[in-house]
Amino acid sequence: MAEMRTFELKVNGETREITADPAAPLLLVLRNQLGLTGAKFGCGLEQCGACAVLVDGEAVLTCNAAAADFQGRDIVTVEGLAAEGALNAVQQAFILAGAAQCGYCLPGMVVAATALFDANPQPSDDEIKDALASQLCRCGTHARILAALRELRDG
Amino acid sequence: MADNPSLKNNPSLDAWLALTGDGEIVARPGKVDIGQRISTALRAIVADEMGVRLDRVRMAPPSTDTHPDEGVTAGSNSIQQSGGALRAAAATARRHLLARAAAKLDADPESLEVADGLVTLKGTNQSVSYWELMQNRPFGIEVDADAPRIAREAHRLIGSELAPAGIADMVTGGFRFVHDLAWPDMRHARPVRPPRYGARLEGLDEAAVERLLTDGVSVVRDGSYLAAAADDEFAAIRGAERLARAARWSGGALDDADIFEGLRTNERISLPVADGKPAREPVPPLFGDATLTASYERPYLMHGSMAPSASAALFKDGRLQVWTHSQGIHPLRLTLAEALGLDAGAVTVNHVPGAGCYGHNGADDAAFDAAMVAGALPGRPVLLKWTRDDEHAWEPYGSAMAMDLAARLDDQGRITDWSHESFSDTHVARPRPGPGGAGPARLVALRHLGDSKPTFTPQPNMNFESGMHRNLTPGYDLGRPRLVKHLVRGMPLRTSSLRCLGAGGNVFAIESFMDELAAHAGRDALQFRLDHLSDPRAHAVLEAAASGIGWGRPAAEGRGLGLAYARYAATKAYAAVAVELSVGDDARIRLHRAEIAADVGEVIDMAGVRSQMEGGFLQAASWALYEQVAFDAGGITSRDWESYPILGFDNVPEIAVTVIDRPDEPPLGAGEALGGPTPAAIANAVYRASGLRLRRMPFTPDALRAAAMA
Repeated sequence: MAEMRTFELKVNGETREITADPAAPLLLVLRNQLGLTGAKFGCGLEQCGACAVLVDGEAVLTCNAAAADFQGRDIVTVEGLAAEGALNAVQQAFILAGAAQCGYCLPGMVVAATALFDANPQPSDDEIKDALASQLCRCGTHARILAALRELRDG
Repeated sequence: MADNPSLKNNPSLDAWLALTGDGEIVARPGKVDIGQRISTALRAIVADEMGVRLDRVRMAPPSTDTHPDEGVTAGSNSIQQSGGALRAAAATARRHLLARAAAKLDADPESLEVADGLVTLKGTNQSVSYWELMQNRPFGIEVDADAPRIAREAHRLIGSELAPAGIADMVTGGFRFVHDLAWPDMRHARPVRPPRYGARLEGLDEAAVERLLTDGVSVVRDGSYLAAAADDEFAAIRGAERLARAARWSGGALDDADIFEGLRTNERISLPVADGKPAREPVPPLFGDATLTASYERPYLMHGSMAPSASAALFKDGRLQVWTHSQGIHPLRLTLAEALGLDAGAVTVNHVPGAGCYGHNGADDAAFDAAMVAGALPGRPVLLKWTRDDEHAWEPYGSAMAMDLAARLDDQGRITDWSHESFSDTHVARPRPGPGGAGPARLVALRHLGDSKPTFTPQPNMNFESGMHRNLTPGYDLGRPRLVKHLVRGMPLRTSSLRCLGAGGNVFAIESFMDELAAHAGRDALQFRLDHLSDPRAHAVLEAAASGIGWGRPAAEGRGLGLAYARYAATKAYAAVAVELSVGDDARIRLHRAEIAADVGEVIDMAGVRSQMEGGFLQAASWALYEQVAFDAGGITSRDWESYPILGFDNVPEIAVTVIDRPDEPPLGAGEALGGPTPAAIANAVYRASGLRLRRMPFTPDALRAAAMA
């Protein structure tokens, strides 16, 4: 049986003590130990984007990356984007545009779009598409998501 | 309305609606949310029909213990069946409540008005609420299918752009999927599948199994069925990987002969189709001297849900409880009971959202997997999840199809004769009870169990516009076309219902062939279609899509326009799509614009209809451009998103949707209207952009290069 290790992670502004298999992916630690089930498992292969969270402000895929390697990093999950209950601008834009079907890909989409707009509040259409290039959606919500983000950009 | 099966099977008003003491109306539709946002529309129907605010209507989590049996959520039927039943139920409830209010207030029902569930005698301050009238009691009456509906002018929600239910939770991570369920004493589980269909478990490294048990991993084994479970999810994943390494498999090579050859040469059952229904009669001969013949093909396609299938189960005190994202909780309940040898009364199936499913994916199979593991760990809740590899390799695919078309034109350029033969494996293999254990035999894990189990041999679906022959009948004025369905035996891959069923292949063929015929006759492709269509609603959608794209204008260099049309399943949504695309020097197709026009009768949720049209177009564009299930003798080789690529943001065009609202027509489902027309519109546009006629999906750069060399 794998050796458990205790380490600290900073998640949504709080330092949390974790005891886990050092190889356990960050996604599973967030979901099962911290109860943050917003990030989703889609493939376990870093191919679909459903598991994205912000790490030091950048969208990072968590399904295959060991949690223990994120010590000292600033992790923000989709739950942490709505500071004190106020939705961030990207979340509001998705709601205004009705950009949702089944919703499974949305946490990853919101995280990837937040990383983009935090770094570049006026992205071009191509920059938006590039930022979402590794985010898959099977319902075909893409057009609504693009409309939401253009609306956010053009205010 | 009287022929609504949902109402016929569940006539009691109390089956559908309940007024609870705290000012709520609880609705219990038997159809479920499968990512298509149906509950948003159903809520609006109840709220408008009963005259209350939307937030007073609560959709109870569907369960076989409490919800009416509406069969499977499929076939774009939910708005018609579930929506129709709830509308009649709400209208019956409203009339009943007004009659009781009239008695209570000693007034004529005509002199009452309703505002948010408060019934007031007009011009007075005398009032009584729905909830005061009901006092938490059941209605105790039957739904009257003909109860008068509220006047259209009184609709405040129906026809408007409704916000998707749950969207605020979805964008903040709080929306609960079956994958997110948790109980304190829960075990996580993973199945361990054979490497390919038909492979048998030769043996297990028993020392490795002992080490797993020592490490706290439960091992479930029955014949060739294997699963691992542990308290911690990562331990379950690692345990399943170790169990897989401990297993020795043999046998089960796949037939890797050319599938399109197989479709045309394997043993088959051939039936003529007339008026949307197959008949057990001889196939009529094909007419001679066709003006034009052409063959079209599509490969096996995946549902490709974003979430691998999952299910929770608890077996306790002889009772089985299951939490699943299945489209059919009642049929699944009976199937599970039969497969596990339980009394149906001992099984409860609860619906919990999964990711969008687009037809019969692995949901039911995962529910059986979870039940198997729960049976081995009685008293403990089990949450079982498939891997991406499991989903890609074991889901029931949309069948490969071949379509052979022939037509004769007269010298006026009118079609005088039409023949269409479709060749396919089954499109309908959902688990449902039936003779000889037919339902359980459709569960993937049943094939792996130790003792001999019934096998599933599909029979031709004989229902109207169903299975392979959905949209086999062309929607054009063609007299009595010659239509044949061939249910082909001995095909290599497991298949069942994928969004649109046979319409996906049939409409691709019909609408490509219409363009080829128009070109042959020297006619404009839009006018050629209109000349063969007498239904004004068909004209309206075709003309709207064509006008949106600027049909008739010369396209820019390297670009092409294409259009296609169908009325889904002959009696459902009308939809036309026109696309503008280009074919690059790299032989890649780039989508620039899509103009969609749809007529779904009375619109309930305008935003929902638009989303289904956009999503239906994008998914079908993905099928057309990228998708085919690959396999060889060793098994499925499309096992992730790199070996089975789908459409991404890089090729999403500008999309405009025109919805023609017809409030006086019955409302129709929107989800499957574009699965057929989209690949044809793209093929037709590729032809105009490049001169290359593509008759086999997907239209990859390799396919374009091969067509250019031909």
